[in-house]
Amino acid sequence: MIRFVPRERTPLWLTVAVSVGSGLAALLLTALPLALSGAPVFSAFVLMAQGAAGDGFALAETLTRATPLIFTGLAAAVAFRAKLWNIGAEGQLYAGALATVALGAGLIEAPTYILLPTVLIGAAAAGAALLLIPVLFKTRFGADEVVVTLLMNFIVLLFVQMMIEGPMKDEMAMGWPQSAPVLDEATLPKLVTGLRLHWGLVIAVVAAVALHIFITRTVWGFRIRAVGENARAARYAGLPVVKAMVLVGVLSGGLAGLAGASEVAGLKGYLTSDLSPGFGYAGIVVATLANLSPLGVIPAAIFVAGVFVGADSMSRAIGVSNYLADLVVAFSLLSVLVGGLLTRFRIVLVRRETV
Amino acid sequence: MWAALDILLQANFWAATIRIATPLIFGVLGALLCERAGVLNLGIEGIFVAGAMSGWLAVYLGLPLWGGVLVAAGVGALFGLIHGTLTVPLGLSQHVTGIGVTLLATSIAYFGYRVAFPNVATPPRIEPFAPLDVPVLGDLPFVGPILGQQTAFTVLAFVCVGLVALVLARTPLGLALRAVGDNPEAVEAQGLSVVGLRMGAVMAGSALMALGGAFLTLSAFNAFYFGMINGRGWVCIALTVFASWRPGKALLGALLFGALDAYQLRLQTITGGAVPSQIFLMLPYIFSIAALVLVARRADYPRALMKPYFKGQR
Repeated sequence: MIRFVPRERTPLWLTVAVSVGSGLAALLLTALPLALSGAPVFSAFVLMAQGAAGDGFALAETLTRATPLIFTGLAAAVAFRAKLWNIGAEGQLYAGALATVALGAGLIEAPTYILLPTVLIGAAAAGAALLLIPVLFKTRFGADEVVVTLLMNFIVLLFVQMMIEGPMKDEMAMGWPQSAPVLDEATLPKLVTGLRLHWGLVIAVVAAVALHIFITRTVWGFRIRAVGENARAARYAGLPVVKAMVLVGVLSGGLAGLAGASEVAGLKGYLTSDLSPGFGYAGIVVATLANLSPLGVIPAAIFVAGVFVGADSMSRAIGVSNYLADLVVAFSLLSVLVGGLLTRFRIVLVRRETV
Repeated sequence: MWAALDILLQANFWAATIRIATPLIFGVLGALLCERAGVLNLGIEGIFVAGAMSGWLAVYLGLPLWGGVLVAAGVGALFGLIHGTLTVPLGLSQHVTGIGVTLLATSIAYFGYRVAFPNVATPPRIEPFAPLDVPVLGDLPFVGPILGQQTAFTVLAFVCVGLVALVLARTPLGLALRAVGDNPEAVEAQGLSVVGLRMGAVMAGSALMALGGAFLTLSAFNAFYFGMINGRGWVCIALTVFASWRPGKALLGALLFGALDAYQLRLQTITGGAVPSQIFLMLPYIFSIAALVLVARRADYPRALMKPYFKGQR
């Protein structure tokens, strides 16, 4: 039978080999449904790679798509590190987006250097406030945060629909349910003229670096990790577990809220109920691919974004459903999970012991 | 005011309640079975989608309706096998794996649907389960019309409640299943296989979840739509806690949720748009969260829930 023996340290070559192996495994698994659907497998993958990073334009699209994924990936990574199972980044993203249009679409008129930070802080606060509700329920009443954060996603999306069909509806939008556009002063500038890539990417990368430093170099970062590794031991050692949980909630929800702000203020300009094609859930995948490391979230988000952008352009070229992208991402997640076992454990074959 | 109460006297309302509750009954039973054995299965949302799509496709391709039900159950068990393999012998995070299974099952179902029907505007239809013709009871006033709107698939849901309750409470297998979610070391000491029991529970539970999805395409509607599951699976996860992992309470919770949903639909027509429809749609979720918070203190979680078990490692 098989037994897992924990490794004391993981050699670098193994980490690299496992990452590459997981990627290849995901592609092989995806090749199966692709072949069954009658598509030319090899050229499909080539087209996907070209669509994701074939030229400057494709690369910019991938980075644009990666921006909200870095935010939601960081949100999942910081929460999961503390074993706060926040499955509600999707709702927190919409809360941030709602705050962005509430503050940025005419309520306040101020120059960019005042309005833009106000909008971003407001969005982060909205996302954080939303996650603090389940954190409170968890710490005060012991209610499972998985279920509460999941269900809140639906409530927030319905609330957004209510707002953009009602009080926040843009009368100039020819009857479409969407909010008024954010003011120019509340818009994140483009990074390169002519491309959709915007300053949200820079903020996301800065946030990743800041979170990395916070988690590895500060007392509170240490406390968060300690609570995640063993909450009971942390409590026994006198660490402020509840405070640490609240802090994690603020960070995680705030980052997810920024994803919403960046999509509205940087890309779409206004709020619709299809703002996010599941960025909140994809953030969980990104965080897992990154092994919950804030810096690792950046390449992981770019990879997932590349899969989506590449699959989109491939599906247009050869007429295969772009649900293939979700399939690649799902297979990647599962292969990386299994691959992670190889880096953390040595697998030893032992003969079945006789009793 | 009277109109709002009058709804409760309409047979139509109670018929809708049972219809809306049926997929949830399957889902909560499935989630309960997995969790009783110690495995949280967040794959439920995707398994619902896969069950809805595969059952419907099987019937569309010519299988009889019950054949479609079996196919859905088989597909559910297959995803249960994936979730179980990753979480039970391999001990991976049940949250993350569950989300992965949901993503996988959903995308396979959607991708498969698009491969089978590349460019159809209106989804192809099948002939769904016909309403039951109940002898004697069907002729009663009030009760008759309620029963007369249900199908054999709903009867199956009620049978499953009884069956799961019986197995869990009265059989050695049920005892072993409950023990494996509470105290796997004791089960191991009895010479039983923790891995085997958990895998079996996850596969059976996932098969039940898939039936919940199949009910939507084979009985409630006659076609498969994108986004038709729309959070039903997640609601089942909430209802499982609400039901304290008991089949009888699971049935009650599902019916309560069904009633709430059916009621809000009818209340909307009474208020005539004075209240935004989204408020009504939010109510079931808000009530689920409120119920969770209220029962959380008393919630008797299976003690080994979400804790991987490795033989000989403590």
